[in-house]
Amino acid sequence: MIRSTHLPLMVTLATFVLAYALCASQYPAMLSTRVVANLLTDNAFLGIVAVGMTFVILSGGIDLSVGSVIAFTGVFLAVILRDTSIHPLAAFALVLALTTGFGAAMGATIHYLEMPPFIVTLAGMFLARGAAYVLSTDSVPITHEFYDTLQDIYYKAPGGGRFRLIGGLMLLTFIAGALIAHRTRFGQNVYALGGGAQTARLMGVPLASTTVGIYAISGGLAGLAGIVFSLYTSAGYSLATVGVELDAIAAVVIGGTLLSGGYGFVAGTFFGILIMGLIQTYIVFDGTLSSWWTKIVIGALLFAFILLQKGLTWATTTRRKRATGSAQPS
Amino acid sequence: MATTTPSLLKRITPQLIILAVVLGLNLLVFPDFFDVSFRNGRIFGNLVDVFNRGAPVALLCIGMTLVIATKGIDLSVGAVMAIAGATAASLVTDGHGWGTALIGALATGALCGAWNGVLVAVLRIQPIVATLVLMVAGRGIAQLITEGTILTFNNEGLIRLGAGTVLGIPTPIVIWLALGTLATLAVRRTALGMLIEAIGVNEASSRLAGINSRVLLICVYLASGLCAALAGVIVAADIKGADANNAGLWLELDAILAVVIGGNSLLGGRFSIVASLIGALIIQSVNSVILLSGMPPEFNLVIKAILILAILVIQSPKIGHLIYMLRASGPESLPERARPSAAPKEDAP
Repeated sequence: MIRSTHLPLMVTLATFVLAYALCASQYPAMLSTRVVANLLTDNAFLGIVAVGMTFVILSGGIDLSVGSVIAFTGVFLAVILRDTSIHPLAAFALVLALTTGFGAAMGATIHYLEMPPFIVTLAGMFLARGAAYVLSTDSVPITHEFYDTLQDIYYKAPGGGRFRLIGGLMLLTFIAGALIAHRTRFGQNVYALGGGAQTARLMGVPLASTTVGIYAISGGLAGLAGIVFSLYTSAGYSLATVGVELDAIAAVVIGGTLLSGGYGFVAGTFFGILIMGLIQTYIVFDGTLSSWWTKIVIGALLFAFILLQKGLTWATTTRRKRATGSAQPS
Repeated sequence: MATTTPSLLKRITPQLIILAVVLGLNLLVFPDFFDVSFRNGRIFGNLVDVFNRGAPVALLCIGMTLVIATKGIDLSVGAVMAIAGATAASLVTDGHGWGTALIGALATGALCGAWNGVLVAVLRIQPIVATLVLMVAGRGIAQLITEGTILTFNNEGLIRLGAGTVLGIPTPIVIWLALGTLATLAVRRTALGMLIEAIGVNEASSRLAGINSRVLLICVYLASGLCAALAGVIVAADIKGADANNAGLWLELDAILAVVIGGNSLLGGRFSIVASLIGALIIQSVNSVILLSGMPPEFNLVIKAILILAILVIQSPKIGHLIYMLRASGPESLPERARPSAAPKEDAP
């Protein structure tokens, strides 16, 4: 039996399956492993960043800085690989430490100065984007043999689809994210925080370390997404990934996570990403539709899922009222 | 509240000081900054430019102040600007007059605002989320209107709105000063401002006190949509074309920033449109310092970010924190409730 708490996840899943079936009925080629592999590869960076965003939104916050952090990571890697001779792996570690620290600093600002996450991460967005501009305003190509090695790792499925490293990295991130969210104490703290900061505090949830941890995860995953994006494009450009934070938020909401926090699944976000990728793939297949239809359809989906959430919340509260009214514990 | 002149002056003193400092910096890097001359039937000068270039953000922040005062936020204003600009441009290229184009653009803006308002007030969706829908979809809609191109036009009347003058003063300045005055009078000479503040402080109790919060909320978002539409028309008229991708891009963030610099709490409650407008001028003056000093424009965002952080830290005062701590340690620990009531005190240092 399907529990009502799983309903948004089920709706997301059903939307994805239905949309994919519709696409496939129109263009049978969409069932090929090539399309599936590209769906994973093209959305790898967005997926990774959306995992971090899921944690932030589960805790009732928001992180607007991720798009800029991705761009900063890309430019930072490109510049450091161009100007110094350090190994890309060392550069990866450096940039991950940097972005995780950046996220943690934002989390600390939010918690200790009691400022709304919206405005703190907005400042972070300006700061990271500005730092990327300062490093370089041009698109810097990355030509390192290690990058070629990484880009050449793929599993060739029957049908010609190439499942690349970055797609696999996204899947691993989602699995790790799901385990952390549902199987660790930290994950439970995140849910508790999203359910209500005051209640969480009374329950003994360490608010400070949880908040700092959440934004550190989001910053670190944005850094990882930046690395993936630089592998994807082989370049660093400070104007890249503008507005990715909105796509990530949209994916999280379409994935069934409540924007007020406290409710949602990491797995839902995965299907949210796939749905958004599917819309783009459909537009490519169609060939006559302009790319701006993507935005309109995503906006419409966003609206539909918000309405669904509202309806469910409303249904739950009325049922709870009825249950307490008749003094019967549910 | 801030109706009498001395209290208004006291309210906006911090903003005026910041503005004076930033303008002083301008003077430092560019000695002729305050020179204003009268040529070709219009006034010229860097100071005039700050007022002129600041017009879109100033217009946006009039509506945004009202929205934020109700504890809301309007993320869609940039997209609404693009939609309104595209509407105006497509109407004049279809052969309609500039008056029709302006009314059409304003009507679209009102429609967008009403949509946001209904989502927030009737469907009870959090403002960030409700306006996010239009922010994501809005640029797509604008592209739909312009059919994916940058629509250019040569309608004299429409261009005059962005690049013309009224009595020697550039039209955008006249428009935002007039609208700012009008809005300030409307909220301060009537009970409207107080009703909006009541919603922001506590919507449930405001409704119990007999305020029709639903209608008022829709009106506030509608006003924000109208302001955004006007800003969109000005931007389109200024470049003689409607660019659906870049018109008003990230201006919603500048507008929110202007409101926050203006000392208005994001948690709703007391507000001051005048202070927000000064905030908009501060942002534009910072842009002008960076341009005039010959610093690479790359630094623009970093400096802006540092400025925001500095202002935010200043505005996150120990008083509010202390009250929060005191209430939290008291027997009735309700800091969630304590925050909004502590917020207005932060505004009046």
